Amino acid sequence: MPRRAARHIPEAEAEMTPMIDMTFQLIAFFMILINFSEGDQNQLIRLPASELAKPPDTAPAWPITLQMTSKGTVFYGVDELTLENVQPVLEIEKELIRRRGGDFRNTTIIIRADRFAKTGRVQELIRICQSTGFEKFTLRAKQESP
Amino acid sequence: MKFRGSGKHVGGKIELMMTPMIDVVFQLLTFFIMTFKIVAPEGDFFVKMPLSAPSAGVPSDLQLPPIKVRMTAGPGGELAGLYLSERRLANFNELREQIRALVGDSGGPGSAGDAEVELDCDYDLRYEYVIRAITAVSGYVSPDGQIVRLIEKIKFAPPRSEGI
Repeated sequence: MPRRAARHIPEAEAEMTPMIDMTFQLIAFFMILINFSEGDQNQLIRLPASELAKPPDTAPAWPITLQMTSKGTVFYGVDELTLENVQPVLEIEKELIRRRGGDFRNTTIIIRADRFAKTGRVQELIRICQSTGFEKFTLRAKQESP
Repeated sequence: MKFRGSGKHVGGKIELMMTPMIDVVFQLLTFFIMTFKIVAPEGDFFVKMPLSAPSAGVPSDLQLPPIKVRMTAGPGGELAGLYLSERRLANFNELREQIRALVGDSGGPGSAGDAEVELDCDYDLRYEYVIRAITAVSGYVSPDGQIVRLIEKIKFAPPRSEGI
């Protein structure tokens, strides 16, 4: 029986260039949008919304972010504190700023309070910061489309 | 002059090892996808809270008294009453309109730049109403999308006792 001559089958090659291009574009996209400031944005805090809340043009010099939950406790970094325990922490921060050559009077206390927190508790927190020597405060809100 | 190694691999195809590079690239991509989180933009409202209480005595003629905004709390911290200098208002839009009428949108003497608002709130009032009041007195977004600033000097009255 005569055998059919074996046909030459060309080697299949995957076109890698477009895939690599697209993958690098995706990496660039995610790298640009990655947010490293998660420590200052506790997910337990549901910020009140405001149409006038715009991100600041320049970051404050020595910011300290205090986050108040709806229960009235305060997150400083990952530590959850009662109001009574905030002052010693602020004293330590004040000393650290001084040792790093900064002026604690230029420190801005950023208050990220939950929208269901009691206003009185927020005012108490401000009063504690004032008694520690801090004078500049900003109240943070999330941006809301008008 | 003869270079060492010249003549080797002439016409030979240099093959790049693509597999490790693609592996690393996909690991990077996975890392970024897993850590990606959509965060709403946030903004700040500056609050003037000087360390010491204002000194007693005769105030300067140039110093305007603060515009007082009072907010009372109902059950559960809901807003029960909104007052502008003891006049009851229906909502925050009315507060904004009243502030616009008081200070005007344009600059000049007696304009928004000189005015100051003092917020006097019940202890139990929900904090979101404070931000809404600050928004109402701070400005508004015009129909063309521009932010028109009204009063940016805001301070709190001394805190009231708990339960009030």
